[in-house]
Amino acid sequence: MTQPIVTIRDLSKSFAGVRALDRAQFELLPGEVHALMGENGAGKSTLMKVLAGVYRKDSGEVLLDGRPVDIESPRAAQALGIGIIHQELNLMNHLSAAQNIFIGREPRGRFGLFIDEEAMCCEAQRIFERMNLKLDPRTPVGELTVARQQMVEIAKALSFESRVLIMDEPTAALNNEEVADLFRIIGRLRSRGVAVVYISHKMDELKRIADRVTVMRDGQYIATVPMATTPMDALIAMMVGRQLAEAGHEMPDTSGNEVVLEARGICRGAMVRDASFVLRRGEILGFAGLMGAGRTELARAVFGADRIDAGEVLVQGRKVSIRSPEDAVAHGIGYLSEDRKHFGLATGMDVETNIALASMKRFLSAGFLIDQAAVESAGERYVRQLGIKTPSVRQQVRLLSGGNQQKIVIAKWLLRDCNVLFFDEPTRGIDVGAKAEIYRLLNELAAQGKAIVIISSELPEVLRMSHRVLVMCEGRITGELRAREASQERIMQLATRRETAHAAP
Amino acid sequence: MTTPTVTTAATAAGFSPKTLKDRLLRPATRQKLLAFASLVALMVFFSFASPQFLQADNLVGILQSTAVNGVLAIACTFVIITSGIDLSVGTLMTFCAVMTGVVLTYMGMPLWLGICAAIFFGALSGFVSGLLIAKLKIPPFIATLGMMMLLKGLSLVISGTKPIYFNDTPGFTAISQDSLIGDIVPSLPIPNAVLILFLVAVAASIVLNRTILGRYTFALGSNEEAVRLSGVNTDFWKIVVYTVSGGICGIAGLLIASRLNSAQPALGQGYELDAIAAVVIGGTSLSGGTGTIVGTIIGAFIMSVLTNGLRILSVAQEWQTVVTGVIIILAVYADILRRRSGSKAR
Repeated sequence: MTQPIVTIRDLSKSFAGVRALDRAQFELLPGEVHALMGENGAGKSTLMKVLAGVYRKDSGEVLLDGRPVDIESPRAAQALGIGIIHQELNLMNHLSAAQNIFIGREPRGRFGLFIDEEAMCCEAQRIFERMNLKLDPRTPVGELTVARQQMVEIAKALSFESRVLIMDEPTAALNNEEVADLFRIIGRLRSRGVAVVYISHKMDELKRIADRVTVMRDGQYIATVPMATTPMDALIAMMVGRQLAEAGHEMPDTSGNEVVLEARGICRGAMVRDASFVLRRGEILGFAGLMGAGRTELARAVFGADRIDAGEVLVQGRKVSIRSPEDAVAHGIGYLSEDRKHFGLATGMDVETNIALASMKRFLSAGFLIDQAAVESAGERYVRQLGIKTPSVRQQVRLLSGGNQQKIVIAKWLLRDCNVLFFDEPTRGIDVGAKAEIYRLLNELAAQGKAIVIISSELPEVLRMSHRVLVMCEGRITGELRAREASQERIMQLATRRETAHAAP
Repeated sequence: MTTPTVTTAATAAGFSPKTLKDRLLRPATRQKLLAFASLVALMVFFSFASPQFLQADNLVGILQSTAVNGVLAIACTFVIITSGIDLSVGTLMTFCAVMTGVVLTYMGMPLWLGICAAIFFGALSGFVSGLLIAKLKIPPFIATLGMMMLLKGLSLVISGTKPIYFNDTPGFTAISQDSLIGDIVPSLPIPNAVLILFLVAVAASIVLNRTILGRYTFALGSNEEAVRLSGVNTDFWKIVVYTVSGGICGIAGLLIASRLNSAQPALGQGYELDAIAAVVIGGTSLSGGTGTIVGTIIGAFIMSVLTNGLRILSVAQEWQTVVTGVIIILAVYADILRRRSGSKAR
């Protein structure tokens, strides 16, 4: 049997007391494409970041070619032949594609002092050709579409000539052709003996490309099995660790309900183009699409967070002017951003203050003094109602878990009497158990008559929650699916229906 | 994607080099053009408003006074491109002048050692700022605010709050005031200070655009985390940037000491704001990632032409300050407009 390139044993890693990896294991053979699967928060990315030197392990060991190694930095990982494509784009927008690819190891010209820009561009050009990618290496990365930025990331990882290449959801922003190109490249790498770790949620992709699959759950190693002979539901069962998901719960029919929000012909720059939709009372509407498709931008435009170039918004059938979040809130529209820490919460303040923050006017006594007792009782009411787990309403929000923080943001908008709630990535950074509770809460809110929009990159989440799904691609709404007819395949089809696919892929 | 087989030559030919028009329309170029146009407009305005403005003496005066602020602004440009800020450049300049005074006047060392001392202490202080920022993770604004006060105090302590004169060092004033160019071409009595500004600018421009240090300077300002994940020792390079910036402040210290033939320990505070203003007027974004030395130099000239012109027109000192303030606000607003249109283009 061939010796593994990488062996990971009993690896543990905690962040601020939260155990992200719990004696995880992993084994990678040369020349294989090894899929790493698990729900969000299962520890896949963390495990790979330890291997790539981004995080230091707390305990356990990493063996490279059978010898223990200490990978203390990204640079050390590179030196050992381990390359990684991160899930998030890590590019310097002001620098050109070639400069991004060769950051940290620029070819030197005369005296070893100056950067040989020409050599760098030639080399980048060669990599692009190998990838079948038509791109001027001198273009500033900030001017590229997200899909092409992703290709630059991939080119960068390829340029290392690594023996181990980790790809963390590399296709999140790619269309089918680009994915096919990527898979051809992976095929070539495999035949040269490069070991590829491939993290993805897309089952069909994994079936096409992976040789073996390792499943993780809650930071622990579950099993490693051959991809071809393992049925899909067996993998899912391993990932979820329970009986298969509650067989498609009943979706209420909301098509006859009154329209509470309507957007007509919303345009904003290149990110949102002529987007229209309606949202009904008691409905959960999902926005699906690839990274950079303009879902968040559309929500922000409707919410007044960004100025719109054209289009109009109707609330309960009346045309309204929403020029700022303040206007939107006054019309009962709330927006829960994907980044709770930055935009949703004052994390250094306590639970009750955060809940009351958007409705302070209501808690004034004598016109200018804050009625602390009222704030407290409102806080306590919502803590009870939403099942927020906190020792008291005086607890600082930053000390609570992601799921409880999300509930506090929800409480804040409920107290403000919002009837329309936009949720941008509602379960990002929330562990599996708390996720189910957020889902339950969203369903309850809809049942109470709130209208809800969910923006999520996780297709299973969109499919599970939405009564109706809108799919976006390059700023346009490319299709609408009812819950019954929606499937991952249908959504992906619509999400890659690019108008400009030929002119600027 | 649609043409799977392309040869290198064909691919290369496929990307026609950007036309001049394309380049002129680039936001960064636009800001530089705007700054340059403003400079020309100001000069035209003042030359019509007062015959005195275009006289050789006055122009030399403008050049002379631009030199110090220009060199300081170049030092700031490096730091600001990394999306940092350096409030200590003014008092650091004075500190370097004082240390030169100590070496030359108090210790009686030869001139070249005095010059080395200025640059050494500048670099050392920049190194300390860099350590505070990169290693102790103190925000640049606070770290350099502390350094600004610390250096001001040190200058006063070391000099005993009295100016140090360079009367015993023949040739010291020549650094700034003589004119090498004038010796060769008598009709061009451009003072050495300006020559030095020019040389520093050329060197800084080469460093920024052609060397690893320059590349990392831009990269740090563009996306520090991405640079770190690329395996670059970001802490090290940040310290290098602040150190180089400090060394350049040392040169400014030499220029001002030579011009005044003395190290004035109470001087310096306020210079950092002029320098930062010049950088910003020149189109370097305070949010990092972009900027040019040419822009900074234009910015420095706008500042000194404005001051000089208003003085010639006998505008009261107080009002000069008001005008400068307005100009800085306009320049920053232009930067915001530029970035907004830039992000829309995406």
